[in-house]
Amino acid sequence: MTEQTIKAIIERGPNPMGARTQFDVPAYDNQTVLDVVSWVQQNVDPTLSYRFACRVGMCGSCAMMVNGVPRWTCRTHISKVLVGNEVTIAPLRNLPVVKDLVVDMDAFFDKWIAAEGLHHGALTREDPIAKVDPTSSARVASDAGVECINCAVCYAACDTVSTNQEYLGPAALQRAWTLLNDTKDNGREKILDAVTGAGGCQNCHSMGSCTAYCPNELDPMSAIAGLKRESAKSFFRKGR
Amino acid sequence: MLSMRLYMLQRITAVAMAPLVLGHLLVMIYAVQGGLSTAEILGRTKGSFFWFLFYGTFVLAASIHGAIGLRTIVSEWAGLKGVALNCFGWLTYVGLFVLGARAVWAVTFA
Ligand code: SF4
Ligand code: SF4
Ligand code: FES
Repeated sequence: MTEQTIKAIIERGPNPMGARTQFDVPAYDNQTVLDVVSWVQQNVDPTLSYRFACRVGMCGSCAMMVNGVPRWTCRTHISKVLVGNEVTIAPLRNLPVVKDLVVDMDAFFDKWIAAEGLHHGALTREDPIAKVDPTSSARVASDAGVECINCAVCYAACDTVSTNQEYLGPAALQRAWTLLNDTKDNGREKILDAVTGAGGCQNCHSMGSCTAYCPNELDPMSAIAGLKRESAKSFFRKGR
Repeated sequence: MLSMRLYMLQRITAVAMAPLVLGHLLVMIYAVQGGLSTAEILGRTKGSFFWFLFYGTFVLAASIHGAIGLRTIVSEWAGLKGVALNCFGWLTYVGLFVLGARAVWAVTFA
């Protein structure tokens, strides 16, 4: 392969103005966007900050905006995103930038908890383990969302998150939905209260950016639609 | 921004409007077939409690539905919040309702 270079434009926050730096990065086969960022950090500017861990799409820490689209950089081949020989890499949208390509994910995880995205157990170690029927429709609904790795790609893709600070966002609501359908979880009332509060599922416009961009091919939009149905039913039952 | 109450109210008014829209369109198409004049139409709607109820419900549902929708748009696109947002919602609702109610009154009982 002839010597080729990639023009990598990296947007370095938190100062958005004048923070775009261009780096010439040697191109090679099977190079990912994360490889490009790492090359810059290892060879040109050791102060460049970014996050990654697993490099195989499991840890959910490497998400960035690549040409304006939220992606896992470790699982995105640079050849797929180059425009000419250029690529723009920026910190994830909808979250405050700490430095360069690192965003503060607190809001994302806090909303996960605010949506009651945690286990609500009712049994003790003396009780028999609850039976899970893998073919039941509730389990199928729950299974559809459990592979989420908290990468916040959907959170970055969601326009409702951008315009409504309180909105819990697709990932947190999807987790609430998986728990609502989990026979081992006993938090139904708590979950329904949480997902119908000020930033609840009713704010979702069902335009599906979350589903379109989730690199795990999950479907938060449909999970949220499920929450809306259950919330509406409980609204008629309880008048709230 | 959008409370569960408003969300449900918007859904319920949408359900209420669906048959009304359909009825409105069908009657309109049916009525114009033979070339009905304004006076003839008014002759049928004037004093009709049925048409008063039909379009009265329509106006009520539409003004609630539309006001909630505009309230959401204004909150998301213009960042209006809290009391200002609620004022906007109520004003829009009252405005739409008055406009519609006047028209209904005019073709039924005025
Ligand atoms: S479908 Fe809902 S959660 Fe998904 S991107 Fe759209 S508004 Fe956000
Ligand atoms: S739903 Fe998909 S995009 Fe969203 S956090 Fe989970 S894995 Fe990432
Ligand atoms: S580095 Fe772990 S998902 Fe990309």
